[in-house]
Amino acid sequence: MSPRDKILQAIRQNKPALTALPAIPTSNTFADQVVERFTEILTTIGGQVVSVPDMNGVAEYIRSHYPAHRVITTFPELAEVAEVHWEDTSPHELADVEFAVLNVHFGVAENGAVWITDPLMMHRASPFICQHLGVVLSAGQIVPTMHEAYARIGSADYGFGLFIAGPSKTADIEQSLVLGAHGPKTMTVFLVD
Amino acid sequence: MTTVGLFVPCYVDQFYPKAAIATLELLEKQQINGGPIQVVFPKGQTCCGQPMANSGFEHLTKPLNEQFVEQFGAVDYIVSPSGSCALHLKEHLHSDRNEDRATATRQKVYELTEFLTDVVKVTHLKARFPYRVGLHQSCHGLRGLHLSQMSELVASPFSKPMQLLNMVDGIEMVNLDRPDECCGFGGTFCVVEEAVSAKMGKDRVADHVRHGAEYITGADLSCLMHLEGILRRQNSRTKVIHIAEILNS
Amino acid sequence: MNHPQRAEVFNRDEDRVDWHDKTLWWVRQKRDMAAHKLPEWEALREAASQIKHNVLSNLDEYLVQFEAHAQQNGVTVHWAADATEHNQIVHRILVENQVTQMVKSKSMLTEECHLNEYLERNGIEVIDTDLGERVVQLAGEPPSHIVMPCIHKKKEEIGEIFHHHMGTEAGLSDPQILTGLARTDLRQRFLTRRVALTGVNFAIAETGEFVVCTNEGNADMGAHLADVHIACMGMEKIIPKREHLGVFTRLLARSATGQPSTTYTSHFKKPRNGQQMHLVIVDNGRTVQLGREDFRNSLKCIRCAACMNTCPVYRRSGGHSYHTAIAGPIGSILAPNLNMADYADLPFASTLCGSCSNVCPVKIDIHQQLYKWRQVLVQQGHVSASKAAGMQAMSTVLSNRRVFAVAGSAGRTLMRWFPGIVSNSLNPWYKQREMPEPPKESFREWYEKNR
Repeated sequence: MSPRDKILQAIRQNKPALTALPAIPTSNTFADQVVERFTEILTTIGGQVVSVPDMNGVAEYIRSHYPAHRVITTFPELAEVAEVHWEDTSPHELADVEFAVLNVHFGVAENGAVWITDPLMMHRASPFICQHLGVVLSAGQIVPTMHEAYARIGSADYGFGLFIAGPSKTADIEQSLVLGAHGPKTMTVFLVD
Repeated sequence: MTTVGLFVPCYVDQFYPKAAIATLELLEKQQINGGPIQVVFPKGQTCCGQPMANSGFEHLTKPLNEQFVEQFGAVDYIVSPSGSCALHLKEHLHSDRNEDRATATRQKVYELTEFLTDVVKVTHLKARFPYRVGLHQSCHGLRGLHLSQMSELVASPFSKPMQLLNMVDGIEMVNLDRPDECCGFGGTFCVVEEAVSAKMGKDRVADHVRHGAEYITGADLSCLMHLEGILRRQNSRTKVIHIAEILNS
Repeated sequence: MNHPQRAEVFNRDEDRVDWHDKTLWWVRQKRDMAAHKLPEWEALREAASQIKHNVLSNLDEYLVQFEAHAQQNGVTVHWAADATEHNQIVHRILVENQVTQMVKSKSMLTEECHLNEYLERNGIEVIDTDLGERVVQLAGEPPSHIVMPCIHKKKEEIGEIFHHHMGTEAGLSDPQILTGLARTDLRQRFLTRRVALTGVNFAIAETGEFVVCTNEGNADMGAHLADVHIACMGMEKIIPKREHLGVFTRLLARSATGQPSTTYTSHFKKPRNGQQMHLVIVDNGRTVQLGREDFRNSLKCIRCAACMNTCPVYRRSGGHSYHTAIAGPIGSILAPNLNMADYADLPFASTLCGSCSNVCPVKIDIHQQLYKWRQVLVQQGHVSASKAAGMQAMSTVLSNRRVFAVAGSAGRTLMRWFPGIVSNSLNPWYKQREMPEPPKESFREWYEKNR
């Protein structure tokens, strides 16, 4: 018998009687003032929110913060301040990217996370390999909790989907928090009204 | 008249008779539904079997269970000044001879403080104890019998022992850094895992001493015996005292 | 050495025990603060527990569903009945791709299967990329904690390890600097390794995707830069639907570290163009545990380590005292399933205080299972003959009320004897404690005179 069939047969012999799935608890805890809560929580986990009126604000930020560095983006309107044609490079060639600006689908108030899927990343490595990450989020696209987040994702198809909550971090050394473990050292959410 | 069978755990009988006497006297002062309580002490009682069961030898406790059911089957309530013994009985008292009787017996077991707050519904005590006191929340009373709310849970706070201690004149309860961490006694754990057990006890004692407790009290003498063992080795001035002795003071 | 012996060694340096205890207690406090921000916390735990129960009751169906969906997504699914098969499958994939080096992010399953040792014996270099795992790998030690693998190490010691193995400057101890050095070193590995192995936190039957949660981003740096991604999962990692992730992602990081979420919650559904994605489903004793009614709930575990952080014994004995891949309370109920003789000491490495069960996000009755394992281990003959004889003697005396009631003699003698009942020589009680002063009379003697 194959390992597969052996395992499945053993499960059938040993599993308990079928029990029902429960209802999923609901929460009103984060229902109000989602923008404020998102901002507050993202800040406490080491990220930052920069409110911008439009994409010109993002361009301005790039100009002032990353004037002499490699910046990549998936936004064609940022072509003046960032590379926009990097889809045909290998992900390894992104190793020297200082700042990447990506679009995201929505944010989550309770944990400061944003949801992004692979067409928005161009390369799956892009949100990780850059030294600093920026994402653009509409203020109207923030859901209260992860329950609403998955309800919103629904049965969407993707190859790779990702929640990002703040910069890469570790506290493996004596519980001292260090931002920038292997991924970005900072995370900026450009909040567009 | 309501009869209460007093179950005095084996080591309390032998080492801490004052706690047992205080429990008896405290119970004798109470009334249930306006009527007095008759407290009886079945003399054939020995041990609930917990030391064996927690060591993996629950099968050896069968004769003790039969003995317990025989001794306590007839009373209305069984009250014990030990949370862990009460919990053991509530969870593990069974009988091959008469499981129905064992079940009925099991269901009338109460730890002293929960009996006072939940059955007697005590609202005031004539007790005075003008000292600084730290409450040790014994794990089996806390997480097994739910004598107090547990710090791990997201739920409303309450404490049956504290509710009673707050009725005592002159008492000053101290706050602890870790209000419900285990003392490390754990039955045979205290000798099998001597190093960790003693360290846990030392840490618990230090928390009380650091906050100026003159007495450490609790509803379980096994923990208090452990803490007392450490306090005495350290020649500390802090003492242990069973909660019944404070409530009956 | 067994748990008490290792714990005794750990306790010889009391300052270090205090430091270890305080560090982990702080994590427990952070967990409390995070949990208390959600009024629905207990309802979430209950829902998570029930979802996992449904999974156990329908595991075969979910695994088959998951496999079919994963295959449709382009993932190659492998099945391993035990650790050896698991290690062989991973090795075969490496050989087929003519690769002798790989990066690996955290996977307790691969620790359980001793994958690194197996691959190294077969000429494969494995680089652990989680910072804590990298530290212990360099030190030649296993992780001492499943979420914070090098929590037993002080920063000065980590500086020394880096100096010795990576040639960094001597005497470094700043976590920021040390992390930066590891980042630079490991980035080169990520950029040059063609195979990356990751663990799996959740696998979704409905969609065939699997979810990996990290803070560092090391799983993703590995997987997205490698030609081959191998993900290894214990078969109990299945959950039925994507929406159930809402429940588990809300619980996992809050329970583990007090964060509202891990930094990255990565949903791997399909390999990227040109990439291979392999998924290995492992049994290794889990089907046996599933058949043990008293112990099957242990398979609900989502590896958050909250039980370790709250455990007063773990905090004062260190993860290595458990001599198994998964330490602490959960490890103590998982390990005997794999080997009762080797791990008979672990269910006794607890006071049964119950704090573990209260913090468990999937409500595993951990302390009840510790109690039940003790009964099983005794019944199966895995405790010493002297302990068994002592317990028998104690039962005999306590069962005979006439013997017991010979007031003041047999009773007190027995009681003084009790703490040493399992000890052959000196009674360990007295090493750091006194016994109570014997009173003049027992309660029953007083009662005879006064009532």
